Amino acid sequence: MSEVAITRTEWLQVCKRSDLVADSGVCALVGDRQIALFFLPEQEPQLFAIDNWDPIAKAGVIGRGLVAEIDDEVTVASPLYKQHYRLTDGQCLEEEAIQLAVYPVAFDGDDVLIQVDQ
Amino acid sequence: MVKQKIVVIGNGMVGHHFLEQLANRPERELFDVLVFCAEPRPAYDRVHLSEYFGGRTADDLAMGKVEQYREWGYDLRLNDAAVSIDRENKIVTSASGASEAYDHLVLATGSYPFVPPIPGHEHSKCFVYRTLEDLDKIQAAANHGKVGVVVGGGLLGLEAANALKQLGLEAHVVEFAPGLMSVQLDEGGSNLLREKIEELGVTVHTSTATELIEEVDGGRLRMQFKGDKELVTDLIVFSAGIRPEDSLAKSAGIELGERGGIVIDNNCRTSDKNIFAIGECALFNNFIFGLVAPGYTMARTAVSLLCGEAAEFNGADMSTKLKLLGVEVGSIGDAHGRKEGSAAITFVDEQTGVYKRMITDSEGKKLRGAVLVGDTGDYDTLLQYHLNDMDLPEHPEQLILPALDGAAPTLGADALPDTATICSCHNVSKGDIVGAVQGGCCSVGEVKDCTKAATGCGGCAALLKNVVDTELAALGVEVNNDLCAHFPYTRQEIFHMVQVEEIKTFDELLEKHGTGKGCEICKPTAASIFASLWNEHIHEKPHVGLQDTNDTFMANMQKNGTYSVVPRIAGGEITPDKLIVLGEVAKKYDLYTKITGGQRIDLFGARLEELPEIWRELTDAGFETGHAYGKSLRTVKSCVGSTWCRFGVQDSVGMALTVENRYKGLRSPHKIKMAVSGCTRECAEAQSKDIGVIATENGWNLYVCGNGGMRPRHADLFATDLDDVTLIKYIDRVLMFYVRTADKLQRTSVWLENLEGGLDYLREVVIEDKLGICDELERQMTNVVGTYQCEWKTAINDPEMLKRFRQFVNTDEKDEKIVFVEERQQRRPATEEEIVKIAEPA
Repeated sequence: MSEVAITRTEWLQVCKRSDLVADSGVCALVGDRQIALFFLPEQEPQLFAIDNWDPIAKAGVIGRGLVAEIDDEVTVASPLYKQHYRLTDGQCLEEEAIQLAVYPVAFDGDDVLIQVDQ
Repeated sequence: MVKQKIVVIGNGMVGHHFLEQLANRPERELFDVLVFCAEPRPAYDRVHLSEYFGGRTADDLAMGKVEQYREWGYDLRLNDAAVSIDRENKIVTSASGASEAYDHLVLATGSYPFVPPIPGHEHSKCFVYRTLEDLDKIQAAANHGKVGVVVGGGLLGLEAANALKQLGLEAHVVEFAPGLMSVQLDEGGSNLLREKIEELGVTVHTSTATELIEEVDGGRLRMQFKGDKELVTDLIVFSAGIRPEDSLAKSAGIELGERGGIVIDNNCRTSDKNIFAIGECALFNNFIFGLVAPGYTMARTAVSLLCGEAAEFNGADMSTKLKLLGVEVGSIGDAHGRKEGSAAITFVDEQTGVYKRMITDSEGKKLRGAVLVGDTGDYDTLLQYHLNDMDLPEHPEQLILPALDGAAPTLGADALPDTATICSCHNVSKGDIVGAVQGGCCSVGEVKDCTKAATGCGGCAALLKNVVDTELAALGVEVNNDLCAHFPYTRQEIFHMVQVEEIKTFDELLEKHGTGKGCEICKPTAASIFASLWNEHIHEKPHVGLQDTNDTFMANMQKNGTYSVVPRIAGGEITPDKLIVLGEVAKKYDLYTKITGGQRIDLFGARLEELPEIWRELTDAGFETGHAYGKSLRTVKSCVGSTWCRFGVQDSVGMALTVENRYKGLRSPHKIKMAVSGCTRECAEAQSKDIGVIATENGWNLYVCGNGGMRPRHADLFATDLDDVTLIKYIDRVLMFYVRTADKLQRTSVWLENLEGGLDYLREVVIEDKLGICDELERQMTNVVGTYQCEWKTAINDPEMLKRFRQFVNTDEKDEKIVFVEERQQRRPATEEEIVKIAEPA
């Protein structure tokens, strides 16, 4: 179906460490999927990958949200209508029925690797 | 159903209150209402009449608006005085010849100023002080004079003297009695008031009877006093008391008092049961009530009775608290201790000029009256003891003695009975307020909205807060002002810590004073405070992650994830060449173009990755960022001013440019808007802005803390006739004080409403430097002004910052999910349905 050949187990190099912005997010395009990458150098884990599409605002903006700690959990606040999404599992804290996809992501030296189901 | 007809004669403050009260009742529907008003405009605030010379306009003082009356369904006849009442047939005839039948007639004809029959009193430079028209005449005469005399040293006379002083005249007060305000003050209070007023440059002549007024050389007036004294002046204002306007009632055969006034019973009915009389024309128990609050009570009584409810007017307390020429004066109950068996406690501080006297019964158990001059801080407490007939504490003198350890012995709200009147303007009792809090109001603001308490003269604001706080505490409501879960402090406290400890980064702030990792509330708040104090670029490394998305990308995100771009067009002034550049850039990037309300141009639909290119072109053409994305100064709107406009009196565009270029880039708790108008016509709508400047013949009037938007608020007149330097100095101080003390995301309007002491306090801080911080506020502002940089100009020259503006970090592809359609020759975001349609194969 997809022209991009990615298998379930494959780690894909998306960008370099220097492409990331500390304590904030950027966006990468993997296949036709927009994925937001958050880099929190002081935390463990340091890296999070989550869908960039905001299903409530219906726009690709999650990567431009502010990182916010809510009740001891790391979230990103959508820049448009301010809902919080948990970075660990994509759960929307305001709307129980809404959950964003999250992806395994890791550093390999200076490379940022991601694993995407296809 | 046949409606009954109410005719109201007179549209002063009390007549207006009657109509307003009636309009808010469901029974309003039972009546047709017609109002005869002899004056050319509907009711206005006569209590604050002298502020007309301080820059407030007739519109500012207006209470009844023609549109409002139309909305209420009232038939308002302006400029048409009622001239006769046919009681037998129940018909009122007016000056224009109209005949109107009534079922109920309400006389609210008010009063007229008493002019003593001194020979010469009818001279064209003798005036009274009652209507806006009177003030216009006084102002016109003052333009050509140096000296003005007020005859009458009562409350209104001193107000008039203040007005003459404001008009730049050398002001004199001539009083027949031995002391000023002899009705409200005893001798000691009166003497101190005189001293204070003379210090302010008003000459007071007491025990002085005027025998003759005559014109002398050059058209001036010579006043001959008893005992060979004389005074030459340019104009005279009579303010020697009021007389009830009862001539209409008299000719209709309605019963009057021996010395005038329409006799009413405790239902406010006259000798004709179909006719009410309310306000200063009415005589109850042989007494005319010359204050507005008792008039309002009469108005409410009449409305209740018309609506079929029982109500009585049983006289009113004439206690009063006010500021005369800046001197605080208060008078409660039997100020002179005339009642038999009275005892007095007096406190005098000659050094600071304070006089306080309590009148008690012989046992010192009940408070009968009080006089306060120079400091009315104890007024509210004393008044409650008096009105509620409460037992005084064991050592009643402590109520007026200065507290040694700074804790003033205010009366706890707990001690007040539920029937205690807190707000006499709107007749709100402690019970009403407690009810509102129990009904869910959680703040003073909400209680104000709900009960109207403290929205009249505002004198009860401190007491109201006391009652509300006490009740909230009793309900176990903890008032939590913490910024968020990470900082157990208010924004103001955090500002203070950052300033004193010179904290420069969020990590440092969090480590020293916070917990956890921060959130979308504390991060932008901290970023704003750092910017206000240290003014580093918002994209400096430690601040990047703190910014809201609009600050991060220095543009305003729109609903589809694209941005709008607003370059600064200071004062709304733009050259044709720059206008062409904006057009060319908009065309090149296909940006939807719209003129904003703040006289700028907004370019919509820019993709994230296009922002740097767009700004490179804009900065090359000399544009700077407009900060439309920041909690910071947005625009300074201006009218074209004296340069072009035939009405303009100052260069409003020039001032707008100065102001906008000075404060651009100032980060603040919320956005700030300003405007400068070149004359009193106010075409720039400055009174709806946080900072509004309006030109006068002599300089600038400064208005503060206005707001448009969801909850509009007229700005308050802060200072008048300022020169350029003083204007900027005051704006510097007001803004920095706001930046320092406001809560997060609090506009100046709400800030001022929550500022304890309100506008007067703000004036004390900014003009009188009560807190001794003005130098520091100015220094801070100078620092912000001196470290200004165009954030976009810096960003486009910094490759590291520009990296942020990539749509994807791993490819140059565009975001295919952004879809536009065309409408009215421009692009706009496609709707969901349109996107589905576009995606479907044809």
